[in-house]
Amino acid sequence: MAEYSTPTTEQEFQLNFAQLKPHMNRTEALYESSRCLFCFDAPCIKACPSGIDIPQFIRQINSGNDTGAARTIYEANYFGNACGKVCPTEVLCEGACVYNLQDVKPIEIGRLQSYATTKVIESGKKLFGPGAPNGKSVAVIGAGPSGISAACELRALGYEVDVFEAKAQPSGLTVYGVAPYKITNEETLAEMAYLQAQFGYNVHFNSPINSREELAELESKYDAIFLGIGLGKTNDLGLPGEDKINCTGAVEFIAELRQHHHQVAVGQKVIVLGGGNTAMDAASESARLGAENVVLAYRRGKEEMGAYDFEYDLAKGVGVKGLFNVAPVEIMGNGYVAGVKFIRTETKEGKVSEIAGSEFVEPCDMVIKATGQAKQTNFLSLIPGLKVDGKGRIVADAHTGQTTNPQYFASGDAWNGGAEVVNAAAEAKLTARGIHAYLSK
Amino acid sequence: MTDKKIKMPDLSINFAGIKSPNPFWLASAPPTNSGYQIMKAFDAGWGGAVWKTLGVPVVNVSSRYGGVNYRDKRLVGFNNIELISDRPLADNLREIEEVKKRFPNHAVIASLMVQTRQEWHDIVRQSQDAGADGFELNFGCPHGMCERGMGSAVGQEPKVLQMIVEWVMEVATKPVIVKLTPNISDITEPAMAARRGGADAISLINTIQSIVGVDLDKFAPYPIVDGKGTNGGYCGPAVKPIALNMVKNCAQHPDVRLPISGIGGIENWRDAVEHILLGASSVQVCTAAMHFGFGIIREMTSGLEQYMVDKGFNTIYDFVGKALPNVLHWEDLNMKYKVTANIHEDKCIGCQLCYTACEDGAHQAIKLNAGTRVPEIIEENCVGCNLCSLVCPVEDCITMDRTDDGTEHLTWKQRTEAGTAPTEFNDERAGGRHHWVPEPAAALGKERHKTLPGKARILNGETEVPATA
Ligand SMILES: Cc1cc2nc3c(=O)[nH]c(=O)nc-3n(C[C@H](O)[C@H](O)[C@H](O)COP(=O)(O)OP(=O)(O)OC[C@H]3O[C@@H](n4cnc5c(N)ncnc54)[C@H](O)[C@@H]3O)c2cc1C
Ligand SMILES: Cc1cc2nc3c(=O)[nH]c(=O)nc-3n(C[C@H](O)[C@H](O)[C@H](O)COP(=O)(O)O)c2cc1C
Ligand code: SF4
Ligand code: SF4
Ligand code: SF4
Repeated sequence: MAEYSTPTTEQEFQLNFAQLKPHMNRTEALYESSRCLFCFDAPCIKACPSGIDIPQFIRQINSGNDTGAARTIYEANYFGNACGKVCPTEVLCEGACVYNLQDVKPIEIGRLQSYATTKVIESGKKLFGPGAPNGKSVAVIGAGPSGISAACELRALGYEVDVFEAKAQPSGLTVYGVAPYKITNEETLAEMAYLQAQFGYNVHFNSPINSREELAELESKYDAIFLGIGLGKTNDLGLPGEDKINCTGAVEFIAELRQHHHQVAVGQKVIVLGGGNTAMDAASESARLGAENVVLAYRRGKEEMGAYDFEYDLAKGVGVKGLFNVAPVEIMGNGYVAGVKFIRTETKEGKVSEIAGSEFVEPCDMVIKATGQAKQTNFLSLIPGLKVDGKGRIVADAHTGQTTNPQYFASGDAWNGGAEVVNAAAEAKLTARGIHAYLSK
Repeated sequence: MTDKKIKMPDLSINFAGIKSPNPFWLASAPPTNSGYQIMKAFDAGWGGAVWKTLGVPVVNVSSRYGGVNYRDKRLVGFNNIELISDRPLADNLREIEEVKKRFPNHAVIASLMVQTRQEWHDIVRQSQDAGADGFELNFGCPHGMCERGMGSAVGQEPKVLQMIVEWVMEVATKPVIVKLTPNISDITEPAMAARRGGADAISLINTIQSIVGVDLDKFAPYPIVDGKGTNGGYCGPAVKPIALNMVKNCAQHPDVRLPISGIGGIENWRDAVEHILLGASSVQVCTAAMHFGFGIIREMTSGLEQYMVDKGFNTIYDFVGKALPNVLHWEDLNMKYKVTANIHEDKCIGCQLCYTACEDGAHQAIKLNAGTRVPEIIEENCVGCNLCSLVCPVEDCITMDRTDDGTEHLTWKQRTEAGTAPTEFNDERAGGRHHWVPEPAAALGKERHKTLPGKARILNGETEVPATA
């Protein structure tokens, strides 16, 4: 029996995908905030990529100043509410909390953060606004965490900002990629609406920038262009049979799931290829959609997986089985996926090699490839003088985000190669200031 | 195996002639408002109860209590604007009789508060007839009654207090306890007046005049009665230190010499033992019973018993006042004794509260070193104040270790007598003369060492708006 039965209604979907970090009520927030020690030079602040003054906002919650707490959070991170829910806090702030050294449960920083920000979002309280207009304008490509964060900060600095987004909704992978049990679409979009109401940037949805002509128009119309385009589709594996029905990319599968919930069907037996966090998500999600068997197949050993331990634990917890030291050779089946042919591997001195003659077929009726997202190198090649590194990442100044084409700036996954929402939000804030410094010269 | 059974200690007391199976009494307050409650309490294990004060007819207001919460802890302090019993005297007297019949070996004490000599005579006689084991004269209530010339209005006037005690003694055949108000600068004055009047014992403290908090939206003090409030009486865990000091003052005073019933902030056996070690021979509880119910008595008696077994005490009297010889005047403390803070690195979790406490609140005797979050004590600067060990969140992580050789003993009194006490500011013998203190300007920029949050994260020494680009 599967851990979860297939959800057929929205309610059943919400049960199967119950929030890992549910909202706190005032009492819980009071109790949890009471535990914070208000450390000097607190390690949790240093572990937060956006440097939120954590003891300060927790103290503000404790004294009943939830609004001030939200301001502290947003001053450092415009995705404060989303980050509280989706950040891998176990390896960031909460992982650095001094309580860990005492074998005491660390402060639930993420949930406290979402508690305070949810309050101001729900009340619509005005905390920020655009700065005095400075007569200059910036185009932002991509309405993901980096693009929206840059838009907020640039508005605060007095710029006109137009955001061009290919899709129909803002927040990028926060609403199209992050696992549904981390954050709901409603929560994500409520924060986006709140930010837009505070700062007043324009977002043009369903407006992909695809051609040299479109870029040229932006170059002439705007003083600077911010690239917050993230990464692209799931990488192809280059295996025979990859085009079979029910063989899909993880990012594409998850985007469907986030938009259509229980209306997305999974197979009875799903094989997820990959060992990163996206693979863990896709495996967990398949199980929660009612798949009877979910197998996570990874080329190397368990210890070598790129995924965080807690993400693997989460997948194991919903019944996902690991299949290690196997490499896919072919997707089997007749039109539809019917199995994956694997070959066993071994790792010697860090190098993976296949063991000749060890092929076997693992039957399944769905394959999800979580083997990384492609870079948007084709699009980037349309920008004159813009360099990418050997891994397809945009080359830009570490402090200002300025690319090798001085009019272009970048942040987020497209620059760092793929990290977390919090990194994109933190980098974009810094880059917006880089743009400001450049345009103020 | 030995066949010797562990001898359980005897918790019973004889307090100025009032017998009780254990020293735990409910104080005169809402938990002792009725025979129903007191029977329930005795059933649960309480040794005695001081009935909710009987006296003149009163009317109470609605909204009567206010609380002080500390972070997530509710009611670390509690205040009320309630008056004495508002039930008919006849009902109370009848119920006293009923309780005494059912619980002849438990202590039932009538708390009394009236005005004229005749009224005092009448009510003492009536309570005696009802079977009360003793009386407690309420000279403590700090609100509502004092305006009518009773309660703390009496407790604050030793002469009036003495006179009323004398009236009571004229007719009382049972022990008389005088309950003292702490709203006075020297608690021993009313205590001595009680003795002069002939009282058999004293109990202390009653509540402390207080405003427990102010509503930030309604601009009125708690508890709020139709938009207004008034000062009330403060009690609960927060007042224990004040009570302990007053109990000690009365217990040590050579002219008081009366049994003391200790009241104030008692919630568990430890609190009770503290009161007893400072001279109380019975203890009374109100707030804790109001907060948690009568069931707390089980923990109190079991804790007290265990403590007595561990210490080898057979009766309460083995340790009444046992800490008193160690409570001295400041001038009699040994100035040669020296402790120094010691951080046990293996326990330290690196919160650096000790660092910031000593740095900002004490003597700049703790430093931070690169590469570790464990702070280091600068022994020469440490004055041994204890602050760091008090703020450290980890048990036994900072210990205050003795660093003098234990051979010398010199007190301020001895120095004064020997003429070696400092007499002017630049005196070489003055205390802070050779303490190291950093230059004032060395403070500037130090707070910036903390991560500056808010704006874009400051990367390695970068300014807010990047200089390059
Ligand atoms: C499956 C999955 C799960 C994840 N889970 C988590 C998680 O739990 N926690 C976490 O912190 N992070 C998670 N991440 C990572 C996180 O989502 C990203 O790091 C973050 O969203 C990056 O933000 P971004 O703005 O750089 O890019 P994106 O979020 O990818 O946003 C880019 C936006 O630009 C738009 N765009 C792209 N090209 C164009 C164009 N040419 N014209 C117009 N618009 C364009 C896209 O439509 C998109 O909206 C996850 C990622 C994936 C793939
Ligand atoms: C260690 C210590 C020393 C104090 N020294 C003084 C003093 O020199 N002069 C003074 O007026 N009050 C002194 N106080 C009292 C405080 O100023 C203050 O009135 C009291 O601590 C109550 O405030 P709190 O509850 O914020 O501590 C001292 C308090 C402490 C804790
Ligand atoms: S490390 Fe933990 S206890 Fe210390 S300030 Fe941060 S959240 Fe609070
Ligand atoms: S207060 Fe205690 S735990 Fe915190 S840094 Fe100091 S010694 Fe370590
Ligand atoms: S005992 Fe006092 S002076 Fe010494 S290190 Fe601790 S806080 Fe500083």
